[in-house]
Amino acid sequence: MKPEKALIFEMSKPGRVAYSLPDCDVPEIEASSVVPSHLLRSTPAELPEVYEVDVIRHYTELSRRNFGIDNGFYPLGSCTMKYNPKINEDVARFAGFAKIHPYQPAESIQGALELLYTLQNDLAALTGMDQVSLQPAAGAHGEWTGLMLIRAYHESRGEKRTKVIVPDSSHGTNPASATVAGFETVTIASNDKGMVDLEALRAAVGSDTAALMLTNPSTLGLFEEQIVEIAQIVHESGGLLYYDGANSNAIMGIARPGDMGFDVVHLNLHKTMSTPHGGGGPGAGPVGVKSRLIPFLPKPIVGRAEDGAYYWDSDLPQSIGRVKAFYGNFGILVRAYAYIRTYGPEGLRRVSELAVLNANYMMHRLAPYFEAPYPGVCKHEFVLSGKRLKAFGVRTLDVAKRLLDFGYHPPTIYFPLNVEECIMIEPTETESKETLDAFIEAMIQIAREAETDPQLVINAPYTTIVKRLDETTAARKPVLNCTCG
Amino acid sequence: MSEIKPDLFYSEEHEWAVAISGQVIRIGITDYAQHQLGDIVFVEFPEVGAGVFAGESMGSIESVKTVSELYSPVTGKVVSVNEALIDSPEHVNGEPYGNGWLVEVEVEGSVEAALAPLLTADRYRAITE
Repeated sequence: MKPEKALIFEMSKPGRVAYSLPDCDVPEIEASSVVPSHLLRSTPAELPEVYEVDVIRHYTELSRRNFGIDNGFYPLGSCTMKYNPKINEDVARFAGFAKIHPYQPAESIQGALELLYTLQNDLAALTGMDQVSLQPAAGAHGEWTGLMLIRAYHESRGEKRTKVIVPDSSHGTNPASATVAGFETVTIASNDKGMVDLEALRAAVGSDTAALMLTNPSTLGLFEEQIVEIAQIVHESGGLLYYDGANSNAIMGIARPGDMGFDVVHLNLHKTMSTPHGGGGPGAGPVGVKSRLIPFLPKPIVGRAEDGAYYWDSDLPQSIGRVKAFYGNFGILVRAYAYIRTYGPEGLRRVSELAVLNANYMMHRLAPYFEAPYPGVCKHEFVLSGKRLKAFGVRTLDVAKRLLDFGYHPPTIYFPLNVEECIMIEPTETESKETLDAFIEAMIQIAREAETDPQLVINAPYTTIVKRLDETTAARKPVLNCTCG
Repeated sequence: MSEIKPDLFYSEEHEWAVAISGQVIRIGITDYAQHQLGDIVFVEFPEVGAGVFAGESMGSIESVKTVSELYSPVTGKVVSVNEALIDSPEHVNGEPYGNGWLVEVEVEGSVEAALAPLLTADRYRAITE
């Protein structure tokens, strides 16, 4: 395969047709006689004119250039790139889910509503919360929604709280969501164990604290041992505790954020619940809340009447409103539901146990070759530092590029920011020991190459279709292909 | 080994500051900072005429890897920003103390008083090692 590839538009030649429609067997009428003129095109759509065989070859080749979890190991820390069971795809294609419309009357879509209602309850039970909204379309959307709930709560009590506290290890979406929700973010440094520094937290909370946003286990893969005290400190100041559920794969069936003291949580179904991740979406970021925040939830949620009928419940007068067109990414919610039904509560617990086991195995085997800044026991992901290799002129970026030659998607690099030359690895539970061992061997080989032949690592990759891209020029001089207005 | 100019003042957030004329202080980021950030792709400047406060964010500086807050080492009013960086942000990497300067701030009171709380070149060198 050559790196250059024409766009489908560039392949277009006038007059070529991929599919010929059969003769029309009903009387033809002018579109303008039934469609208002403001909805009619004034010029034809610029659709490419390409033969069917060329369309098929074009998209098949594009698909072969792609790397996904169906191609190989994808240990991107914080992303939980677990295998997506194909039964989810079967279920999502059932006509009762795939061929319905959100504006149908509730009586005609009872199965779909029952699925959503049950999913609401399952996610609430899993996280220890009192009610769930399935509307948010992705993780950061769930964060923003949760923060808007927190804002509505404080405002309803006549309190002006402007600050959201985040640890320095937090995912960048946390301060971003807080800023978009109208808050000012305050960052507190982690202690030398990589956890929230209680003294820093005590100094930061006050009467202007709206919330603390926390991921537990943290982005370093460490469980906040003092979470109960943390919750107490925040609640005593009148603030609420927000749980970023990105790392839920570590604790399902073992611990629940609701029990730790969190007031609002979001989950990433495209992480923990095996819905597609890495392909551009759609995702799903449901938000769970404790009862005092239920009045503010996005409406509608799915309710169940006394006679057992499911309905759209919009009786939430203090709701922050709708946060998504229709009711959320329904097809994704179906896949998550199928996943939960496949595993059940014991199965989900086993998922977390294996995810944590795999991460600890890998950390233990890799620590002699890289540096584990937080040795001991991790949860479902762990961080290494590549700084030992700097002495040979090799950086973590070079290690990541060299891993491409071995057929792997590299782990997360340079995040979290509080580890120098950071490498964050999350294997998930859906990998065999052989896969883990092969990746470990590749990492060990690269560490050895860095010592004995650093140029080999620095000039990688060699076997990929494109080599190192000029990201700097792409960012400085973007070529824009659309016009606005 | 990053370059540190002996005649400038420095902050712990890796900015440099120097009096240029009257009550105007010119500010940029250090060689150490540009090296840590990597190739600079965009600078978000404060508005000319805006007030800035010592130790507080006045904008941001974006590299391929990350977006970093730009902190003002002094308190005053922004009188000019280095607009050449809009088309050529790479000057921040190539000439962090020269053509890669970022912002000029007019302080109230004397420039000596504004610069006094900052680090000397030697003390800044100590924190970058």
